[in-house]
Amino acid sequence: MTDEAKPPAAEPERTVPPEKDVAPRPNRPFRIFIEELTTASTFMVTVLAVVLALLVGSILVIISNDSAREAWGYFFAAPLDAFEMSWYAVRDAYVALFQGAIYDPAKPSAWGSISETLTYAAPLTFTGLSVALAFRAGLFNIGAQGQAVFGAIFGVLAGFLLHLPPVLHMLVALVCALIGGALWGFIPGILKAKTGAHEVITTIMLNNIAGIFLIWLVVQKGFQNPERTDAISKSAEENARLPRLLGFLEGDLRVNLAIVLAVLAAAGVSWLLNRSTFGFELRAVGGNPDAAKTAGMNVAMTYALVMAVAGGLAGLGGASMSLGLLPFALTPGVIANIGFDGITVALLGRAKPWGVLAGALLMGGLQAGAVKMNAVGGVPTDMVYVLQALIVIFIAAPALIKTVFRLRDGKASRSTATLAKGW
Amino acid sequence: MTTVAQFWNRNRIAGAVYVLLGLLAVLYFGVSNPAKNDVTLRLTADTSLTFGARPVIIVLGLVTVAVGVALLAVLTARSHFAWTAGVALGALVLAFLFWGTSLAKTLHTIPVEALLYGTLIAATPLIFGALAGVLCERSGVVNINIEGQLLVGAFAGALVGTMTKSVWAGLIAAGVCGALMAALLAVFAIKYLVDQVVLGVVLNVLAFGITGVIYERLMQPNAAEYNNAGQFKPWEVPGLSDIPLLGPVLFRHNLFVYLALALVAAITFALFYTRWGLRTRAVGEHPTAADTLGIKVRLVRYRNTIMGGFVAGLGGAMLTIGAGVTFNKEMTAGKGFIALAALIFGRWSPVGAMLAALLFGFADAMQQFLSSVISPVPSQFLQMAPYLATLFAVAGLVGKVRAPAADGKPYVKG
Repeated sequence: MTDEAKPPAAEPERTVPPEKDVAPRPNRPFRIFIEELTTASTFMVTVLAVVLALLVGSILVIISNDSAREAWGYFFAAPLDAFEMSWYAVRDAYVALFQGAIYDPAKPSAWGSISETLTYAAPLTFTGLSVALAFRAGLFNIGAQGQAVFGAIFGVLAGFLLHLPPVLHMLVALVCALIGGALWGFIPGILKAKTGAHEVITTIMLNNIAGIFLIWLVVQKGFQNPERTDAISKSAEENARLPRLLGFLEGDLRVNLAIVLAVLAAAGVSWLLNRSTFGFELRAVGGNPDAAKTAGMNVAMTYALVMAVAGGLAGLGGASMSLGLLPFALTPGVIANIGFDGITVALLGRAKPWGVLAGALLMGGLQAGAVKMNAVGGVPTDMVYVLQALIVIFIAAPALIKTVFRLRDGKASRSTATLAKGW
Repeated sequence: MTTVAQFWNRNRIAGAVYVLLGLLAVLYFGVSNPAKNDVTLRLTADTSLTFGARPVIIVLGLVTVAVGVALLAVLTARSHFAWTAGVALGALVLAFLFWGTSLAKTLHTIPVEALLYGTLIAATPLIFGALAGVLCERSGVVNINIEGQLLVGAFAGALVGTMTKSVWAGLIAAGVCGALMAALLAVFAIKYLVDQVVLGVVLNVLAFGITGVIYERLMQPNAAEYNNAGQFKPWEVPGLSDIPLLGPVLFRHNLFVYLALALVAAITFALFYTRWGLRTRAVGEHPTAADTLGIKVRLVRYRNTIMGGFVAGLGGAMLTIGAGVTFNKEMTAGKGFIALAALIFGRWSPVGAMLAALLFGFADAMQQFLSSVISPVPSQFLQMAPYLATLFAVAGLVGKVRAPAADGKPYVKG
């Protein structure tokens, strides 16, 4: 933005002032390292956004901690108490967050926390890729939630209605989930293409419809688990479930094949975006639909297709919840919030496939850690949403991070991260 | 190829759809699964009309078919699209309402008064939300954050209302918290140039997280101290509230409904007849030109966005201290997005947004009524109705709506 706004520096009488970031780079490794740390590079902005979010989030930790809140109540009698109690509350909470996400000495297996992080990260990768792919085509897919619902539904239906041999059954169920999500994603795509209806509105509506449909479906005869009275469907057959990866270790590790599929999906999307004709068209349409049209591309068709592919990815995300985790059945909350979390993941990953994977790992770690944080310090798991939102806001506003931490001008601070465009 | 495309213009497609839907309504509601019991329309406490449901449904279905045929044959001008859609879809909805009531398990009376009263109650938070959208978007800031602003409004209304034991303090706190939320939106959108759609979505997550954490740790365990705010008492407008039918529907509400209607009038006037309104619209349509004339573009946008947040916060308070309900996690349940749809459906005008909000409010009231009398339609499908309606509205009915030209585009002084 700001670069474009500068007047063209072509006037001969005026010497062009050297830009700050083209100053000669130091050649000693240590200096390069320091240089990197004090420049607003993409990496540093991300790291500092997380740090800043944790700092701001600690206010909520203090509010939600009973003894800390009490100590602030008699602040003027003993001000040090208040600070001490607050410090303990924040320290305990974030230590628990770390333990839940990466390594917890209390767990029977050293891989326990990592397993949880990967378990949470897998569906987020799929939905994150879904949102990211749409972003690259200039579309804002808020509908990953609804698409994932349909993926979960189709996956489980294929899981208990069909009876197939091992491996094949799982593959068929996954393909069904892909189709389910793709169909639900195709609707806003074709509406956008044919009528110009804005995908933000249509996908939000389709999310609500999908959620209500799921609530209705799980209590219907033939779908509801006959042994239960609550809202839960029949379970997918053993053959259709995603196998656990670390089942041979002790500690009941939940991590399953979904994370492997997620990595493959990231590779696939990366190929699709950067190496295929469709990916080129997609990026062209995202960059400038008018130019793409002039160049002979079918913009409307691209919108519809992109949304279908994005829907398919989200559908796989839904299936990785419904076929990968207990009870391998549909419940009203079977996919939790993975669709909405996918938006944050896509933004974290700056709409790049491998970035999305990294973002999903970060978000998965936060979610796994939040469970532990809740168990130990009583910090509600909704804390994740606060952190998530703060991180994304800070990442999206690199100029703010730059000011707060007094970084030097770098690549990240100059891009304004414009992904979608108004109405 | 082109002649086919020219023949099937928007009116003719709509006409064909109405013919089809009307025939379906006649065949399904009137013939194959016919309405059995007579339906009573209770207009006031002692005036009611009783109809045989079946003939009414068949007539209404045929009205839809007739409108469809007229669209196909004669009414091909664009100007006929809106009112024909209103008549055709209105007839269909009425036919559906009669059918659902006629086959209901408990009673076969449509309480018109209560239905319209419920419509207004359900529409009020939507009106506030949509007005917040009008204020922001007319000045060029996209407000996807309405949902979050409503949520913090509902939250602050309940929390502060209980802690101070005054619903008025709750109301003001609700507005202020909505404005704070909007101030965040404004700073990041206007100063840091963050994409506004993304920003709105993320701020909704933030609102959900903050209210969720505090609710779970503070308001849920100590509900009596923190989540027990009471309610604004209804105020019957003297004289007017005694008018039959209209009186009970319009003039026996509490502050919020009157405030919403007053705000619609005030914002319409301010937007189109005052200097402030002209500046707002100028900044929303062509900020560069406005800047050239000496209008401070960013200042106008800050002011409008924060004002919008205040209005949305008040609307959120309607859900707690306006309805006498305690705050609950995620209690706005998508109302902010419906308000957004009402804003678009109403073409970014306050009156249009209000009418759209009333439409959604009616869908909501009808859904509640039909599930309360145990009609044969699964309640989940009725719950879907407003979303489906929005989907169709956005996709087809309003056609190509035009947002303010600079909506969502940050202004960088060049």
